[in-house]
Amino acid sequence: MASSRPEGQGWFPVAASDDAVAHHVVEAVLAERELAVWRDDDGWVNVWENRCLHRGVRLSIGHNEGMELVCQYHGWRYASRTAGCTYIPAHPADAPARTMCNRTYPAIERYGLIWTTLADATGSDGPPSSAPLESGSTLPLRAMAVNVPAGRALDSLAGLDLPDPNSPDGTTGGPHRRIDGFTLVAGSGEGVVVFFAQPVAAERCVVRGVVGPAPDEGATLALLRRFNRFLTEWRDEVEAQAEFRPGKRATPPPPTPAIAACSDGTRTRVRVSRRWLTARDVVAVELEAVDGVLPTVQPGAHIDVHLPGGLVRQYSLVNEPGRQDVYLIGVKLEPESRGGSRWIHQSLSVGDVLTIGGPHNNFALRRDAQLTLLIAGGIGITPLLSMARSLHRSGIDFRLHHFARSPEHLAFTDLLAGLGEHHRPHLGLDPAATTVELESILAEPGAGHQVYICGPGPMADAARRVAAEKGWPEESVHFEYFANTRPRDDRHPFTVELARSALTLEVPAGRSILEVVRENGVQLESSCEQGACGTCTVGVIEGVVDHQDVHLSERERAEGRRVVTCVSRAAGDRLVLDL
Amino acid sequence: MEQSTESDICTDPVIRDQWYPLRALAELPEGATHHTRLLGVPVSCGVTRGRPWARTESAPGDGGTGALPVIDTYGYLWTSLGEPPPGVFEIPEYTEPDRRSMNAGSFIVATSAPRAVENFLDMGHFPYVHTGYLGIEPHTEVNPYDVEIIDGEIWATRCEFFQPMAAATATGGQMSKYTYRVPSPFAVMLYKSSPVDPERRDVIALLLQPMGHEQVVAHNFLCLLDDVNSDAEIKRFQQIIFAQDKPILENQIPRRLPLDPRAETPIRADHTSIVYRRHLRELGVNYGVVPA
Repeated sequence: MASSRPEGQGWFPVAASDDAVAHHVVEAVLAERELAVWRDDDGWVNVWENRCLHRGVRLSIGHNEGMELVCQYHGWRYASRTAGCTYIPAHPADAPARTMCNRTYPAIERYGLIWTTLADATGSDGPPSSAPLESGSTLPLRAMAVNVPAGRALDSLAGLDLPDPNSPDGTTGGPHRRIDGFTLVAGSGEGVVVFFAQPVAAERCVVRGVVGPAPDEGATLALLRRFNRFLTEWRDEVEAQAEFRPGKRATPPPPTPAIAACSDGTRTRVRVSRRWLTARDVVAVELEAVDGVLPTVQPGAHIDVHLPGGLVRQYSLVNEPGRQDVYLIGVKLEPESRGGSRWIHQSLSVGDVLTIGGPHNNFALRRDAQLTLLIAGGIGITPLLSMARSLHRSGIDFRLHHFARSPEHLAFTDLLAGLGEHHRPHLGLDPAATTVELESILAEPGAGHQVYICGPGPMADAARRVAAEKGWPEESVHFEYFANTRPRDDRHPFTVELARSALTLEVPAGRSILEVVRENGVQLESSCEQGACGTCTVGVIEGVVDHQDVHLSERERAEGRRVVTCVSRAAGDRLVLDL
Repeated sequence: MEQSTESDICTDPVIRDQWYPLRALAELPEGATHHTRLLGVPVSCGVTRGRPWARTESAPGDGGTGALPVIDTYGYLWTSLGEPPPGVFEIPEYTEPDRRSMNAGSFIVATSAPRAVENFLDMGHFPYVHTGYLGIEPHTEVNPYDVEIIDGEIWATRCEFFQPMAAATATGGQMSKYTYRVPSPFAVMLYKSSPVDPERRDVIALLLQPMGHEQVVAHNFLCLLDDVNSDAEIKRFQQIIFAQDKPILENQIPRRLPLDPRAETPIRADHTSIVYRRHLRELGVNYGVVPA
């Protein structure tokens, strides 16, 4: 007799591969757990708990945009693969927290069916092996929902004379072989039919038959009809025998599970899967996860790459959300490299394993603009290319203005080509000509227009200055610097009070707030630690800040309500922080 | 209609002691009997010789029938299964002579009363659920607003949202200003700037009649400034709006409102709902909710 897999412990089919067509979401049920099944534009199949983490609305009524699933209720967007939230329309300026993530289940496509398991997939062996189906093509039959327990449905089929896939009107005889409690093989000779049971509830299942090898195209329709007729009659009989009563419930429904939390992505091990020269002095590096899936990408996000010798460097992700089978970064060889870019260019090889932190997103993209202007200088293209790809997929109007020295200096030209007319290169301009060009690009600060700037310090400074002169409101001008090249001064000692932690700490000359706070056991995330990325920014309750970063805008500096703790200090004797 | 079950009977005194509307009086002709359900109990009501009445029918675990208290106000027949306060909460605008009051519709929805209340308090869904009426992309941002509890009622003020067609009287987009009010656990109201007179506000209420934990009748009360549209046009607008909400409400899992703050993930825009859930928790409400 067959071994039995406890319901929900093993792998079960929940849909046919052909059900998960482009831009649709399929609802499935396994052991009373509702699932949303959808395929992304790269072919990856997602099996998620069918419930938006925000207000519990079924994700199966949402919209599959290709690489993200959009909830029907409030337009929250979730990335393919991780189910991590990438955008919350009610708060368009904010990057969603990395821990906001719907529950995912593993998915495997086999025999023309989509399989999943509700159990922890590690150490689990995948769908049952069915030797007759493993070589060659398969033809899934129409799924048949039956109001009897899964085991009982297969017990019933095991004893029946079934249509023979090998002959147009022959039958198989019986009884048939049970592989396990949820699998049955019928037929002899060349063609077989294998029935897999999908337990839906205690008294309900879906029987999914697969014929292998698939018949000739000319015979397919007739075979499907034969089985359909047979299974329809069989369902009516087996339900009559089981005296099914609607609403009968053997066991109470399982409690609604708690919302899952994503890994907070503080450390991930990745392997270099590909590297190539994408432009003069720019190497492109693809990083794949060593285990599991990579954390969720948001447009504008960057990762911390840990390099030999304790060096940590920040690189923006070129990926669009959901398209994150590998992370893609571009690294420019800096002539004055202290080891970061030089090591990547000269020593990093395919197969090398690295540790990364993040992604962090301090350069979040609003998706509520009428027009988005993206202004890139040189390698500053990387975060803006991620933004451009997201906007392009969603059909939101944008221009990507791209300043570079020559055509050979344009990185990721294949991806840029996909943006068509939206990509506007400006090549070989000196600083004066660049300013003239910026004056033309930024001439009209229309209502609902947003500008994103990333590039080397002088170019980014020029773009911000021109935007201010043209009357752009400061909150519509977003920027990210590669590095903080402004002179810094850490000679002034002061006191910090941490309001929530109830701690008072002394910050001596030569030390940062970030370092002192961490030494005293208070958790504070950081990334670049030179005042460029803004990851370690905290709220200021009292005191005047001596801003030394390049992350905050002029208005934020003047307001003095936030401090970038890795470089900025108290202007006076004391700061009270919301920490 | 589904039969009530033992487990739908309400043992929660806070919820039993409230007044609930059973029927719009305009839809209750003299001599007719309306059969419905309240908090798991089969009840009937009617108007006989001008006098409204309500009584329980035989209910599981609660044998016998009996007269129930009634109030007739705001155009509805109200009753209670417990010991209700002397009157229904105040809606002062109801007596203003130039207003039109009506029941825009009474809809059966397969959800809990507090899920329906929370949806009514929510602005963030306007561009996605009421596209072209109460919201439209890219105008999706929910600005900060204030929420406070005054005399046991929740009030959310300084709410605003861009609306392409805010009411049947609207002729174009406007930044609508809202005030929300939760006068009792399963009743919710909004005051909204009128497209006709910017100095005054339309009043719209969703009055929930909980039939069971997970089934409600949503009575949609209007008290409007509108001397242009017919009753039918006004009702049609509200019915379009409600028909857009209904499939969302019937696709929420679980149907009962979770009161554990960790059960779902609120954001700043959900400030009112955070206060509403906490308020129900503090009142000890256990009907139509998943207790914390």
